[in-house]
Amino acid sequence: MDESRRTFLKGAGLTAVGLGCGFPILDAAASALQGGEREQDTLATQWAMVVDVEKCLADNVRRACTEACHAEHNVPDITERDDEVKWIWTEEYQHVLPDQVHGGTPEATKTMPVLALCNHCDKPPCVRVCPTGATWKRDSDGIVMMDQHRCIGCRYCMAACPYGARSFNWKDPRPFVRTKPNGEFLSDYPTRTKGVVEKCNFCSERLREGREPACVEAARSVQGGEGALTFGDRSDPESEVSRLLRERYTIARKISLGTGPNVFYIV
Amino acid sequence: MLENAFRGGKGYWALLGTLGVLILVGFIAWMEQFTEGLQVTGMNRDVTWGLYIAQFTFLVGVAASAVMVVLPYYLHDYKAFGKMVILGEFLAVSAVVMCSLFIFVDMGMPTRVMNVMLHPTPNSVMFWDSVVLLGYLLLNLVIGVVTFDAERKGAPPAAWVKPLIYLSIPWAISIHTVTAFLYSGLEARPFWMTAILAPRFLASAFASGPSLLILLALIARRFSSFDPGKHAIQKLALIVAYAMTVNLFFVLVELFTGVYSDMPHHLHAFEYLFLGLHGSAALVPWVWTGQLIAVGCVVLLLMPRVRNQEKYLAPLCVAVIVAIWIEKGVAMVVTGFIPSPMGVVTEYAPTAPEVAITVGVYAFGFFVLSVLYKVVLNVRDRLGVT
Repeated sequence: MDESRRTFLKGAGLTAVGLGCGFPILDAAASALQGGEREQDTLATQWAMVVDVEKCLADNVRRACTEACHAEHNVPDITERDDEVKWIWTEEYQHVLPDQVHGGTPEATKTMPVLALCNHCDKPPCVRVCPTGATWKRDSDGIVMMDQHRCIGCRYCMAACPYGARSFNWKDPRPFVRTKPNGEFLSDYPTRTKGVVEKCNFCSERLREGREPACVEAARSVQGGEGALTFGDRSDPESEVSRLLRERYTIARKISLGTGPNVFYIV
Repeated sequence: MLENAFRGGKGYWALLGTLGVLILVGFIAWMEQFTEGLQVTGMNRDVTWGLYIAQFTFLVGVAASAVMVVLPYYLHDYKAFGKMVILGEFLAVSAVVMCSLFIFVDMGMPTRVMNVMLHPTPNSVMFWDSVVLLGYLLLNLVIGVVTFDAERKGAPPAAWVKPLIYLSIPWAISIHTVTAFLYSGLEARPFWMTAILAPRFLASAFASGPSLLILLALIARRFSSFDPGKHAIQKLALIVAYAMTVNLFFVLVELFTGVYSDMPHHLHAFEYLFLGLHGSAALVPWVWTGQLIAVGCVVLLLMPRVRNQEKYLAPLCVAVIVAIWIEKGVAMVVTGFIPSPMGVVTEYAPTAPEVAITVGVYAFGFFVLSVLYKVVLNVRDRLGVT
């Protein structure tokens, strides 16, 4: 299935180029398609996360995760639902994992709070549709990255994401970013302008310094939050994430769509 | 040739003046959107595309429909369309201009829009859509100007334009197909992810576009010595009748799949459209109105006695445009976002600035169209006199 789809896309892309719509893009076409293939097959590292839903049931654990993340990345605190920006947040079980809910699922399970965030998919639809390459899957570690300086704000990625993981800055976010008493932002992480899309970046800025993501650290620091979030390299069989995936029964969101999420849930 | 754009009566200048005011109002609203951000629109985190992208989709269809006069005239040598062809091509030009503007006003960072060309990404359908639309604009502009200039001089058009004309035929199909692929390739949106979307887009385009062309030709005949000829109008009416019938068939095919399979993610969008979902039913009156008009149009257009009389045909053309506009310009885009990936129903309604900008873009398109048509009509007037 995977193989045939890829071959098909490759064929379709080359045919389209062959129709004569300009030569400079030919190189780009070939490299983009090959690039896509290389990424999927032999990633040296693929960062992944395992969310233990039961350990995240306590409100303070989930709140600590969201607050740490949003402080780390200067995510604006906008209360109107329509204009919200969020990187990691709480949703009901039936909305995060709709395929897991059936006629016999108790109401309490359906409405159980679950953390949601970008899945850093193996085959991210958002990357596939982006018309400028402002979002891409990083070769070195599989993070779905976002370049807020290239993004034109067309929001095609938001239409393509099956997980609602992306937020658009409908207005200037800076007045809504929390500040220290001296008026400085909480973190050095660059603030965004209005008109661009943003989302979880698996804390690529912290990983570069050898630190784990802010949400993972925050969960651990809360009473009872030990092991709530586990982060690691899925391509390393020795990693904690790989061990959990091997030993525990895990599920992921909307796997039938074939996007290959890298955030897993233990229920 | 362009000096003809300045030769017109009071009515012509009043029309341009009115459109100019609407353009100005739209521009002022856009300035507000530019400074305040897209928060001034009714779009939100769940419904990320609204009125702008819906108008874009509708107008790509209008642009593509030029092929319905170009193909019979050039490929089948159907002479009756001789006077209509240029109107079709210039309608396509103004429609693509409006399409580009609707994309532009939808951008969060309009100043960076050139990034689509500076960083070409062949895996993105949006990249291809901008390529085919730009190509289509150039094709119609070149073909229209060259062939009409030849007509003005009473000479046959340059030979090199012939291959361009043939190219413009599949190209017209491509613009609406690629536009459908924008939507139908998204696994996140079951309502859009259907193979019938491109065929359905084309069918509804070939109904609404020629309807608009009939109306424009009738208006031109009323206000100038231009006469498209009864045969041309009747042939276009027949095209509208068949396209509208095919479109209705496609709608029913889609409904069957959703309703009979009873799969929630197929069904939810149709429930939202026709009945309302979780108590939200903003589009229900629109959709029923649109579908009833569509059925009425199909029945009446299929009756030759009704279709052959221009006094009935003209209002029917208006009705076809309204029905297809509701389908594509109101319902189709927004419903793709309902329910959201999180299963939540968030409704959308455009705001006043959003409507003003939309009206402004339409006014700009019709301004361009009026000027182009005026040139054609003035030149033909004088050719008739001398």
